[in-house]
Amino acid sequence: MAMSFYLPFMTGQISLGQAGFMAIGGYVSAICSVKWGIPYVPAVLIGGVFAGIVGLILGLPALRIKGIYLLLLTLGFGEIVRVVGINLQYVGAAAGFPGIPYQKYTLLYAYGMVLILIIFFSRLSRSRMGRAFQAVGSDEDAAEIIGVNIVSAKLLAFSVGAFMAGIGGGIFAHYQEYIEPLMFDVMHAIEFLIFTIFGGIQIFWGPIFGALVLTFIPEFLRAIQEWRMELYGALLIVMMIVRPQGVIGLDTVHTLNRLFRNGLGKERA
Amino acid sequence: MILEIRDVVKYFNGFCALSDVGVDVEEKKIHGLIGPNGAGKTTLFNLISGMYDLTRGEIRFKGTCIDGVKPHLRAKLGIGRTFQIVRLFGFMTVLDNVMLGSHCKTKAGLSKTFFRFSIKEPEEEKATRENAMRWLAFVGLSHQAHEIASNLPHAEQRLVEIARSLALDPDLLLLDEPAAGMNPHETEELISLVSKINQMGKAVFLVEHNMELVMGISHVISVLNFGGKIAEGTPAEIQGNSEVIEAYLGKG
Repeated sequence: MAMSFYLPFMTGQISLGQAGFMAIGGYVSAICSVKWGIPYVPAVLIGGVFAGIVGLILGLPALRIKGIYLLLLTLGFGEIVRVVGINLQYVGAAAGFPGIPYQKYTLLYAYGMVLILIIFFSRLSRSRMGRAFQAVGSDEDAAEIIGVNIVSAKLLAFSVGAFMAGIGGGIFAHYQEYIEPLMFDVMHAIEFLIFTIFGGIQIFWGPIFGALVLTFIPEFLRAIQEWRMELYGALLIVMMIVRPQGVIGLDTVHTLNRLFRNGLGKERA
Repeated sequence: MILEIRDVVKYFNGFCALSDVGVDVEEKKIHGLIGPNGAGKTTLFNLISGMYDLTRGEIRFKGTCIDGVKPHLRAKLGIGRTFQIVRLFGFMTVLDNVMLGSHCKTKAGLSKTFFRFSIKEPEEEKATRENAMRWLAFVGLSHQAHEIASNLPHAEQRLVEIARSLALDPDLLLLDEPAAGMNPHETEELISLVSKINQMGKAVFLVEHNMELVMGISHVISVLNFGGKIAEGTPAEIQGNSEVIEAYLGKG
């Protein structure tokens, strides 16, 4: 189950390196549990922290560049991680890293993680740093003028995003019991990006919704086999034309809030 | 003096935008800055708020030199500003925009946001929100607090921007053409708002093309033309200054 959605996006940083961070998290946690016998939860956490630190280091040069250049830098980073994975004998090189202990309740852990992230993001959206992230994403110069330290805000968002991807990688590795570099190629990073954009980038429910729907749609479309990927592509195109802000935008939440409030008002009256 | 600008020179790739400009803004006064288009008014504002680095010269705020200080730290020191073209965070609510204004006066980081076991709103967040609501009430926009900022009419967006910069509790407020695009009625309300801000003990440095506004409320006015200061004085003195009249209307 793919579950990773991204903080850097809030600050306007588009990262294609998430698959790379996921790989780091996956491999590090796999090494922890296979070679050093560290139990599941700490192993995954160590993988996440490691990815976060790498994110912090990568974030330093990434701050100086924007848009398409940042895209290329993170793309390059993802490829480096993959190629290192292919060549590193210690983790099985191209043959992959087998024998990762299977975690019985891994799906529960994954759902638990999603739940924790939902709590995190809902708190974030009503907090000082959350507002700062949004402000930096919306207008960097104006954010700086009113007193937001944009360097630390972007760095924080970038590395915490990497941490989350790392955790996702760790859970994924222990679910699959086996990982190979090919699982973390750039197409996956792009897939996550599509989840995010499809679902909506303005609010954290968007990526969750996007990931859910876009993971299940190909399954539902199995009946028409040869055409399902074409349909999937067509759906994305239509989406971008009709609703470029994603399925779930701020206006959706606004409308829901209003409905909710009105409902409450009626109950009282 | 709250703000001292000394012999400031700014070049853009060989183009001289400001040459040897010196302006002093006094505490608790409204200081007007006028001049024809392209005279360098906004450039000067950008130098004060730290968006550009100056080529030569010195800018002192409350007696300390602030050259090379990052913009967000200048905000923390007490310099607030608004922009010539309104720059709100469009898809956030009006309240969120104003709350952002006190960002650098508050502390809560990511870990504090997450590792918190009560569902109650944290103290600081509550204080920030109440502060923001106070400033929204001050500019008369309490009723719009939960609206998305970009849905507001232009004049109200401008007021939100002013409220946002006030939430920082600045000692010096830079207003870059606050009346641009406002109708006469809205301009009048703006004038009383600016004097109210001034009465709270804040110095206001104001770029404005609307002469009625700038002559009406400024204590001192400086005039820029082609990157140099050509006059300074009370509104009455400026109105009678032949060089200023020439800059605006050409030689008679």
